[in-house]
Amino acid sequence: MSEILDKPEVARIYIDARGPRFGAIITTVVLALTLVTNNKWLLLAQALVFAIGAIRGPQFTPYGFFFKKLIKPRLTKEAPTEDVRPPKFAQSVGFLFALVGLVGAFSGADAVFTVAVGFALGAAFLNAAFNYCLGCEMYLLGLRLIKR
Amino acid sequence: MKTYLPLVIVLAIASAYGLWYQRSRGAIRTVKAVPGHRLGADVLGEALGSRATMVQFSSAFCAPCRATHALLSQMVLAMEDVKHIHIDAESHLELVRQLDIRSTPTTLFLNSDGVEVGRAAGTPKRQQVLTALNAI
Repeated sequence: MSEILDKPEVARIYIDARGPRFGAIITTVVLALTLVTNNKWLLLAQALVFAIGAIRGPQFTPYGFFFKKLIKPRLTKEAPTEDVRPPKFAQSVGFLFALVGLVGAFSGADAVFTVAVGFALGAAFLNAAFNYCLGCEMYLLGLRLIKR
Repeated sequence: MKTYLPLVIVLAIASAYGLWYQRSRGAIRTVKAVPGHRLGADVLGEALGSRATMVQFSSAFCAPCRATHALLSQMVLAMEDVKHIHIDAESHLELVRQLDIRSTPTTLFLNSDGVEVGRAAGTPKRQQVLTALNAI
Protein backbone atom coordinates (compact mmCIF):
# COMPACT_ATOMS: atom_id res chain seq x y z
CA MET A 1 0.00 0.00 0.00
CA SER A 2 1.44 3.34 -0.95
CA GLU A 3 1.04 5.94 1.69
CA ILE A 4 1.51 9.66 1.71
CA LEU A 5 4.26 9.20 4.32
CA ASP A 6 6.33 7.15 1.85
CA LYS A 7 7.12 10.32 -0.11
CA PRO A 8 10.46 11.70 1.12
CA GLU A 9 9.42 15.35 0.86
CA VAL A 10 6.40 14.62 3.10
CA ALA A 11 8.39 12.47 5.55
CA ARG A 12 10.71 15.41 6.32
CA ILE A 13 7.85 17.36 7.88
CA TYR A 14 5.16 14.83 8.76
CA ILE A 15 5.38 11.55 10.64
CA ASP A 16 2.94 8.84 11.69
CA ALA A 17 1.20 10.43 14.72
CA ARG A 18 0.89 7.04 16.45
CA GLY A 19 4.70 6.73 16.69
CA PRO A 20 5.33 9.43 19.34
CA ARG A 21 2.28 8.24 21.29
CA PHE A 22 3.72 4.71 21.40
CA GLY A 23 7.11 6.18 22.37
CA ALA A 24 5.42 8.04 25.22
CA ILE A 25 4.08 4.73 26.59
CA ILE A 26 7.58 3.20 26.70
CA THR A 27 9.00 6.46 28.13
CA THR A 28 6.35 6.34 30.87
CA VAL A 29 7.35 2.78 31.81
CA VAL A 30 11.09 3.57 31.76
CA LEU A 31 10.68 6.73 33.85
CA ALA A 32 8.35 4.96 36.31
CA LEU A 33 11.02 2.26 36.79
CA THR A 34 13.63 5.02 37.17
CA LEU A 35 11.58 6.69 39.88
CA VAL A 36 10.83 3.48 41.79
CA THR A 37 14.38 2.07 41.68
CA ASN A 38 16.23 5.43 41.93
CA ASN A 39 18.40 4.21 39.06
CA LYS A 40 20.41 7.04 37.51
CA TRP A 41 21.74 4.82 34.68
CA LEU A 42 18.20 4.19 33.53
CA LEU A 43 17.67 7.96 33.46
CA LEU A 44 20.90 8.37 31.49
CA ALA A 45 19.60 5.91 28.87
CA GLN A 46 16.27 7.77 28.67
CA ALA A 47 18.13 11.09 28.39
CA LEU A 48 19.98 9.76 25.33
CA VAL A 49 16.66 8.72 23.77
CA PHE A 50 15.26 12.22 24.48
CA ALA A 51 18.37 13.78 22.91
CA ILE A 52 17.94 11.80 19.69
CA GLY A 53 14.23 12.64 19.64
CA ALA A 54 14.91 16.33 20.20
CA ILE A 55 17.68 16.70 17.63
CA ARG A 56 16.75 14.27 14.87
CA GLY A 57 13.10 13.52 15.63
CA PRO A 58 11.15 10.88 17.59
CA GLN A 59 11.04 8.57 14.56
CA PHE A 60 14.83 8.04 14.88
CA THR A 61 14.85 6.95 18.54
CA PRO A 62 14.98 3.24 19.51
CA TYR A 63 11.31 3.55 20.50
CA GLY A 64 10.52 4.93 17.05
CA PHE A 65 12.40 1.99 15.57
CA PHE A 66 10.35 -0.51 17.63
CA PHE A 67 7.18 1.20 16.49
CA LYS A 68 8.18 1.02 12.84
CA LYS A 69 9.32 -2.60 12.93
CA LEU A 70 6.91 -4.22 15.40
CA ILE A 71 3.78 -2.09 15.84
CA LYS A 72 3.15 -0.28 12.57
CA PRO A 73 2.98 -3.46 10.42
CA ARG A 74 0.17 -4.70 12.70
CA LEU A 75 -1.91 -1.53 12.37
CA THR A 76 -4.39 -1.66 9.53
CA LYS A 77 -5.83 1.86 9.55
CA GLU A 78 -4.30 4.56 7.39
CA ALA A 79 -1.62 6.44 9.32
CA PRO A 80 -2.78 9.75 10.84
CA THR A 81 -0.03 12.24 10.05
CA GLU A 82 1.45 14.77 12.42
CA ASP A 83 3.89 17.65 12.10
CA VAL A 84 7.24 16.45 13.50
CA ARG A 85 7.90 19.72 15.37
CA PRO A 86 5.44 19.31 18.30
CA PRO A 87 6.85 15.90 19.40
CA LYS A 88 10.40 17.20 18.85
CA PHE A 89 9.61 20.08 21.19
CA ALA A 90 8.22 17.66 23.79
CA GLN A 91 11.37 15.51 23.51
CA SER A 92 13.52 18.62 24.14
CA VAL A 93 11.56 19.43 27.29
CA GLY A 94 11.95 15.80 28.39
CA PHE A 95 15.69 16.03 27.76
CA LEU A 96 15.97 19.16 29.93
CA PHE A 97 14.18 17.44 32.84
CA ALA A 98 16.37 14.35 32.42
CA LEU A 99 19.48 16.54 32.39
CA VAL A 100 18.47 18.27 35.63
CA GLY A 101 17.72 14.86 37.15
CA LEU A 102 21.14 13.53 36.11
CA VAL A 103 22.95 16.54 37.56
CA GLY A 104 21.02 15.95 40.79
CA ALA A 105 21.80 12.23 40.87
CA PHE A 106 25.51 12.54 40.15
CA SER A 107 25.98 15.42 42.61
CA GLY A 108 24.15 13.56 45.38
CA ALA A 109 21.08 15.79 45.43
CA ASP A 110 18.48 13.02 45.51
CA ALA A 111 15.52 15.36 45.87
CA VAL A 112 16.44 17.12 42.60
CA PHE A 113 16.60 13.73 40.88
CA THR A 114 13.19 12.68 42.22
CA VAL A 115 11.43 15.95 41.34
CA ALA A 116 12.94 16.18 37.83
CA VAL A 117 12.13 12.55 37.00
CA GLY A 118 8.65 13.13 38.45
CA PHE A 119 7.98 16.03 36.07
CA ALA A 120 9.32 14.12 33.06
CA LEU A 121 7.19 11.11 34.01
CA GLY A 122 4.11 13.30 34.48
CA ALA A 123 4.53 14.79 31.00
CA ALA A 124 5.17 11.41 29.35
CA PHE A 125 2.17 9.87 31.12
CA LEU A 126 -0.09 12.77 30.10
CA ASN A 127 1.03 12.34 26.50
CA ALA A 128 0.52 8.56 26.55
CA ALA A 129 -2.83 8.52 28.37
CA PHE A 130 -4.49 11.78 27.30
CA ASN A 131 -2.69 12.70 24.05
CA TYR A 132 -1.42 15.77 25.91
CA CYS A 133 0.27 18.33 23.66
CA LEU A 134 3.13 19.84 25.65
CA GLY A 135 4.05 22.33 22.93
CA CYS A 136 0.47 23.64 22.82
CA GLU A 137 0.35 24.35 26.53
CA MET A 138 3.92 25.41 27.33
CA TYR A 139 5.51 27.01 24.27
CA LEU A 140 3.44 30.19 24.11
CA LEU A 141 3.54 30.69 27.89
CA GLY A 142 7.34 30.31 27.74
CA LEU A 143 7.58 32.85 24.92
CA ARG A 144 5.41 35.30 26.86
CA LEU A 145 7.76 34.98 29.83
CA ILE A 146 11.05 35.21 27.94
CA LYS A 147 10.42 37.66 25.10
CA ARG A 148 9.72 41.29 25.74
CA MET B 1 16.23 1.35 47.77
CA LYS B 2 12.78 0.97 46.22
CA THR B 3 10.05 3.49 46.91
CA TYR B 4 6.64 3.70 45.28
CA LEU B 5 5.45 6.92 46.94
CA PRO B 6 6.77 9.44 44.35
CA LEU B 7 5.35 7.31 41.52
CA VAL B 8 1.91 7.20 43.12
CA ILE B 9 1.93 10.97 43.73
CA VAL B 10 2.98 11.78 40.14
CA LEU B 11 0.42 9.45 38.56
CA ALA B 12 -2.39 10.75 40.81
CA ILE B 13 -1.70 14.43 40.04
CA ALA B 14 -1.14 13.78 36.32
CA SER B 15 -4.36 11.75 36.07
CA ALA B 16 -6.42 14.47 37.73
CA TYR B 17 -4.90 17.14 35.50
CA GLY B 18 -5.27 14.91 32.42
CA LEU B 19 -8.99 14.36 33.02
CA TRP B 20 -9.54 18.09 33.42
CA TYR B 21 -7.43 18.72 30.29
CA GLN B 22 -9.40 16.24 28.20
CA ARG B 23 -12.74 17.67 29.28
CA SER B 24 -11.83 21.34 28.93
CA ARG B 25 -10.02 21.24 25.53
CA GLY B 26 -12.26 22.42 22.75
CA ALA B 27 -15.05 23.70 24.99
CA ILE B 28 -16.22 27.17 23.96
CA ARG B 29 -16.49 29.20 27.13
CA THR B 30 -18.19 32.57 27.27
CA VAL B 31 -16.83 33.31 30.74
CA LYS B 32 -13.25 33.07 29.47
CA ALA B 33 -13.78 35.87 26.96
CA VAL B 34 -11.75 39.05 27.36
CA PRO B 35 -14.41 41.53 26.23
CA GLY B 36 -12.57 44.80 26.77
CA HIS B 37 -11.17 44.91 23.24
CA ARG B 38 -12.70 45.70 19.88
CA LEU B 39 -10.74 43.78 17.30
CA GLY B 40 -10.80 44.94 13.73
CA ALA B 41 -8.97 44.75 10.43
CA ASP B 42 -6.24 47.08 11.74
CA VAL B 43 -5.08 44.48 14.27
CA LEU B 44 -6.14 41.26 12.58
CA GLY B 45 -4.97 42.14 9.09
CA GLU B 46 -8.26 41.02 7.55
CA ALA B 47 -11.81 42.38 7.54
CA LEU B 48 -14.30 40.88 10.00
CA GLY B 49 -17.18 38.67 8.95
CA SER B 50 -20.48 40.54 8.68
CA ARG B 51 -22.06 38.48 11.49
CA ALA B 52 -19.25 36.65 13.27
CA THR B 53 -15.51 36.00 13.09
CA MET B 54 -13.42 33.13 14.44
CA VAL B 55 -9.86 34.21 15.18
CA GLN B 56 -7.55 31.22 15.59
CA PHE B 57 -4.14 31.60 17.26
CA SER B 58 -1.65 28.86 16.36
CA SER B 59 2.01 28.04 16.94
CA ALA B 60 4.64 25.77 15.43
CA PHE B 61 4.82 23.18 18.21
CA CYS B 62 1.13 22.41 18.16
CA ALA B 63 -0.37 19.30 16.58
CA PRO B 64 -4.10 20.11 17.06
CA CYS B 65 -3.64 23.56 15.45
CA ARG B 66 -3.66 21.91 12.03
CA ALA B 67 -6.85 19.96 12.77
CA THR B 68 -8.54 23.10 14.11
CA HIS B 69 -7.55 25.09 11.04
CA ALA B 70 -8.87 22.36 8.74
CA LEU B 71 -12.20 22.20 10.60
CA LEU B 72 -12.86 25.94 10.86
CA SER B 73 -11.70 26.92 7.37
CA GLN B 74 -13.85 24.15 5.91
CA MET B 75 -16.88 25.19 7.98
CA VAL B 76 -16.85 28.83 6.90
CA LEU B 77 -16.90 27.86 3.22
CA ALA B 78 -20.65 27.37 3.57
CA MET B 79 -21.19 30.52 5.62
CA GLU B 80 -21.24 33.89 3.90
CA ASP B 81 -21.41 36.00 7.04
CA VAL B 82 -18.73 34.21 9.12
CA LYS B 83 -14.97 34.49 8.64
CA HIS B 84 -12.07 32.43 9.91
CA ILE B 85 -8.86 34.39 10.52
CA HIS B 86 -5.66 32.49 11.28
CA ILE B 87 -2.92 34.22 13.32
CA ASP B 88 0.59 33.00 14.17
CA ALA B 89 0.76 33.62 17.93
CA GLU B 90 4.56 33.83 17.99
CA SER B 91 4.72 36.81 15.64
CA HIS B 92 1.86 38.63 17.44
CA LEU B 93 3.04 38.41 21.04
CA GLU B 94 1.74 41.88 21.93
CA LEU B 95 -1.78 40.92 20.87
CA VAL B 96 -1.38 37.53 22.59
CA ARG B 97 -0.59 39.30 25.87
CA GLN B 98 -3.43 41.80 25.52
CA LEU B 99 -5.93 39.03 24.89
CA ASP B 100 -4.32 36.71 27.45
CA ILE B 101 -3.88 33.79 25.03
CA ARG B 102 -2.08 31.04 26.98
CA SER B 103 -2.12 27.98 24.79
CA THR B 104 -2.56 27.06 21.14
CA PRO B 105 -4.83 26.57 19.38
CA THR B 106 -7.05 29.22 20.98
CA THR B 107 -10.01 30.40 18.93
CA LEU B 108 -11.84 33.63 19.75
CA PHE B 109 -15.45 34.09 18.68
CA LEU B 110 -16.15 37.71 17.78
CA ASN B 111 -19.48 39.36 17.07
CA SER B 112 -20.00 41.79 14.21
CA ASP B 113 -18.53 44.63 16.31
CA GLY B 114 -15.29 42.69 16.85
CA VAL B 115 -16.05 42.12 20.53
CA GLU B 116 -15.11 38.72 21.90
CA VAL B 117 -18.08 36.70 23.13
CA GLY B 118 -16.41 33.32 23.70
CA ARG B 119 -13.20 31.41 23.32
CA ALA B 120 -12.07 27.82 22.94
CA ALA B 121 -8.69 26.38 23.90
CA GLY B 122 -7.97 23.22 21.94
CA THR B 123 -9.88 21.83 18.97
CA PRO B 124 -13.65 22.41 19.31
CA LYS B 125 -16.17 19.97 17.88
CA ARG B 126 -18.18 20.94 14.81
CA GLN B 127 -21.43 21.00 16.80
CA GLN B 128 -19.89 23.22 19.50
CA VAL B 129 -18.78 25.70 16.83
CA LEU B 130 -22.23 25.73 15.21
CA THR B 131 -23.91 26.33 18.58
CA ALA B 132 -21.53 29.17 19.43
CA LEU B 133 -22.00 30.81 16.02
CA ASN B 134 -25.79 30.52 16.23
CA ALA B 135 -25.72 32.32 19.57
CA ILE B 136 -23.95 35.35 18.08
